Order: sequence, then structure tokens, then C-alpha cells
Amino acid sequence: MSGILFDNDSWRLYRRHKGLLVLVLPGVLFFLLFNYLPMLGLVIAFKDFRLVDGVMGSAWSGLDNFRRLFGGADFPLALRNTVTISLLRLCFGFFAPIALALMLNEVRLSWYKRTIQTVTYIPYFLSWVILGGIFLIMFAQNGPVNQMAMMVGIEPIEFLTNDFWFIVVIIATGIWQAAGYGAVIYLAALSGISPDLYEAAVVDGAGRWKQTWHITIPGLIPTIVTLFILNLGHVLNAGFDQIYNMYNPMVFDAADIIDTYVLRRIVLMDFGLATGAGLFKSVVGLMMVVLANSLARRVSGGEQGIW
Amino acid sequence: MIQRTRGERIFNVFNVTVLGVVALMALYPFVYTISMSLSSAAEAMRSGLHLYPRDISLTSFEMVLANPDIVSGFANSVLRTVSGTALTLFFTCLTAYPLARKELPYRGPLLFLILFTMIFSGGIVPNYLLIKNIGLIDSIWALILPHMLTAFNVIVMKNFFQSIPESLAESAKIDGASEINILARIYVPLSKPVLATVGLWTAVSHWNQWFDAMLYITSDENQVLQTFLQRIVIESSVEMIEQGLVDPNVTQFTPETIKAATVVVTVLPMLLIYPFVQKYFVKGIMLGGVKE
Repeated sequence: MSGILFDNDSWRLYRRHKGLLVLVLPGVLFFLLFNYLPMLGLVIAFKDFRLVDGVMGSAWSGLDNFRRLFGGADFPLALRNTVTISLLRLCFGFFAPIALALMLNEVRLSWYKRTIQTVTYIPYFLSWVILGGIFLIMFAQNGPVNQMAMMVGIEPIEFLTNDFWFIVVIIATGIWQAAGYGAVIYLAALSGISPDLYEAAVVDGAGRWKQTWHITIPGLIPTIVTLFILNLGHVLNAGFDQIYNMYNPMVFDAADIIDTYVLRRIVLMDFGLATGAGLFKSVVGLMMVVLANSLARRVSGGEQGIW
Repeated sequence: MIQRTRGERIFNVFNVTVLGVVALMALYPFVYTISMSLSSAAEAMRSGLHLYPRDISLTSFEMVLANPDIVSGFANSVLRTVSGTALTLFFTCLTAYPLARKELPYRGPLLFLILFTMIFSGGIVPNYLLIKNIGLIDSIWALILPHMLTAFNVIVMKNFFQSIPESLAESAKIDGASEINILARIYVPLSKPVLATVGLWTAVSHWNQWFDAMLYITSDENQVLQTFLQRIVIESSVEMIEQGLVDPNVTQFTPETIKAATVVVTVLPMLLIYPFVQKYFVKGIMLGGVKE
């Protein structure tokens, strides 16, 4: 070991770059302590973990935790809910920022465009504790949404306690929160389209519709495809912050996701099961992201992707 | 010069109108909340849109600000935000600078070590045990230290540093400057835009963080504002009286106005700085967007 790391050539290399190495050392130690050491803690998933015995002292239990996880009713339900909510978000939410960006792109008054943009991405700036607090008031039985519904003659809806309506609220408020943020990314892609293309199109007599259809949308396709694939990669993240701050026991059947399940297991001090569920999510998530990334790279000819 | 057909004019009116409605929908929840927070109990119970309070009352704010938890929570949130952001900026510069220099030994493996943390992590339980084992439970350091360095910030900063011509560093080195001096005197002054962006995003995420405080902070005196807001939001009027949040003998109240006022107190610092920092906010979205 020392022969490889400390032969004369390397030693000279270290000495020469001592200044840089000293600077990078605290950061590397930080990542080892706060990111890599906890990864070793994942062995808890294969142990009958007891707090008093510690990670090392607890007895091994093989795949017992995973058998309990998939043998019970709660985790399979949470897994199904997670995937369902993610896919619903993708179906209904994915095109909202694209539509918003295309519409903003057609606005000629720059102050108006700027104002709309500023206003629509405010929600992304705030935590789901705050936004959840606001929506729990707004969608309450006697809240303003139901009052508006009553004004047009609709019976009050149990938005927060009915499984179906709660998911509708989750999806809708999720779009409300993230559409403005998403639009900024697409607007950046739009600003990269060469103005020459539009000028040429005008010379050829193309109207606004034709310009949008033949220049703007094709210009967005690489970004759309990449973001779509990357979203698929995050299918096991159904939005913990939002759901935890808005759900209640009455809608667990539809809204309990992997992350909320893990948290409740921790509260019950069932660390083995919680870690097992977390490990399952991390490993499947890692595979999904790697897969999605290589797909994104292939589709865009190596240009897009996270790495 | 610009010729508009009738169809295009109709489309423009339609487009501008729809966007206006979208913006109103984005704003309405905030307008409603602010209006409720300023309403008297009787006004809050009135049905309607509550675009503005017809009967203004500051009672809810008086009750919220008289709550010692909210005051100490606010102070703790400010403390974690300010010190957390300062430490993040310092250590992110320190770590990103050597990684931006191609001659750093083992640069590739070190970058991979950092990047890998973006796609895989130990998860809640191992992280909790780490914080417990190093004795940080119920300490504000539990909220600051784990966020000090993130792979994302380091990579963003490193990429920016790489855009600074290496010849600057080399000529300083010939003049005998140490690496830390080159970083502090040449790189940091040239990196104000990226420092502002990373600093803003770190500050916002510290202010908004609630999950780590919920896990690691056990005493009310060390708790942050978001956690108190979370508790108040789910409380009923009976619980509010039991908790001593409100004194039913002194004032008429509805839980909604108390909740709304707590939301406003939590949001206000963000909304006040928002107009000044939104330029950097957009920049941060660009950096974080696809490469997240």
C-alpha cells in the first residue's frame, strides 16, 4: 500500500501540490463523515437493530426485514401509492411549465412578461410547511374553495379527507407550486433558439402559428425529452415534503408513500424496517436514475444528462 | 414594420388574459392568507373571497408575537440561516478551488467521490444515528454541519472557477503567492455572481428546512420557526387554548386567523428579500435545472 501511494514520484507530486491538497482535505473528510459513513450504516437493514446494542453490536437477521416489509400490507401499499402519485404528476403536471413558457414567449410587452414570471415562481421559493399551511386553510370544509363552490351551487367537497379528492389537491397544488419554476428552464432553452430561424420564416411568409409549430417547439424537444426521462428516474420520489405537510390518517390509503411510511416506522422505533425500506428506495432509485441518464444521453446524442 | 393579422391580435388578447388569470391564481392563496391574518374574528368567519380585510384587526399578530416559541423559533431560524450560509460559502470555496485546478493529484477520483453523493445516500436512520453518535442531538450544529457542503454547490462553484483563466493563478504563483492567497485575492473577488447565487439558495433552503429540525431538535428553546408553524397549522381552537397560544377570556378568535398570521410571520422575511434577489434566483434555476 505504502509502496503505491508513497513511492518517490508520488511523494514529489504530493509535495509539489501540498497547498492544493491541504485546501481540499477538509472537504473530502466532510464527505467521508457525513455522506459515506452513513452509507455503512445501511447494514442496519440486515440486522435486528436495537438502539442499546448499536450498529455493530446488533445481531444479523439476514433478509428478515425485507420479508416483513414485503409480507406486510403497509409497504406494498405505500410503494403502489408512490408510483401512482408520481405518474399522475407526470401525466398532468409535465406539460404545464411547457405551456406556460410557450405562452410567455409570445408576450410582446416585456414588463408584463417579467411580472407574470416573477409572480408564478414565488411558490417555489417557499417551504411546503408554509404552502401546506395555506392550503389546509384554503381546502378546509368551510374554506374559501368550498365557499366559491357553494356560490355556483356545488355541494362542499371533502378535499382533505376523501382519498380521491386529496390526490387531486396534491397533484393540483404540486403543479401550482412548480410550474413557474419549470417554465424558467424552458424559457432558457427558448432563448437559445437562433433569431435567424424566425427571420427566415417571416421572409418565407410563416405566421406566428407556423413559427411556433416549426421552430419553437422543435427547439424545445431536446429539453422536453431530457426532463421527461429524468422525471421518470425520480419516480420513487412522490413529494415527501408536500404530502407530509398536507396528509392526515383519513387519507393514508391513497397518500401514504414510501417516505412517510419510513418516517412512521422510525417513530415506532422500528429502525430495521425503516432502513430496509429506505435502502430499497435508494437502490431502485439509483438504478432508475442511472438508466434514465443513459437514456437521456442516447436520445440527445451525448449532450444532455446529469453526468 | 410589424404587421399583425386579425387572428394574431385575437390570439394576443387571449394569451395576455389567460396569463393574467394564471398569475392571479398563483397570487390568490397569498392574498387570502394575508387578508385573513389581518382580519378580526367576525370578519374571518364571513363567507367570501377575502381579497382584503373589511374589518382590520392586528389581534392575531399580537397573539402570535406574544408567543415565546415563535420569537425564539424566529431567532433560531435566523441564526441557522446566517451562520449556515457563511460556513457553506467558506467551505464550498475551499473545496471547489483545488478541484478546479487540473494539476490536483487524484482529481478524477475525488470528483467522483463527491458526485456519487448526489445519487446515493444512507437515508434517514443512518444519518440520525451519526448525528446522535457525534453528540449533536438538540444542538443547532445538527442543522448546520450536515448541510455545510453539498456535491451540487461544490460542482457549481468548481465549474465557475474553471472559467477563470489559469494564467492569473500561474503568474501569482511565480510571484510567490500561496494557494490560499490565490483563492482569496484572485478567485473569490472574480466570483461574486456565483457566490451570490449559491449563498442565496443556501440561505433559502436553511430558512425553509424543517425536517432535520423535527428529527434532531428535541427542546422547544432550540427549535426553529418552521416546526412551530407546522404544529400551529394542525391545531384546533381547543388545542390553541390548552397550549396557551391564545387567552379566550381576553379575545375572540378563530384558529384560521392565528394560523394565517403565523404563516405571514414565517413568509415575510422571504418575501421581503425576494424582489432584491430574484435575479440570482433565476440564475440558480438555470444552474440547477437540468443538471440536478
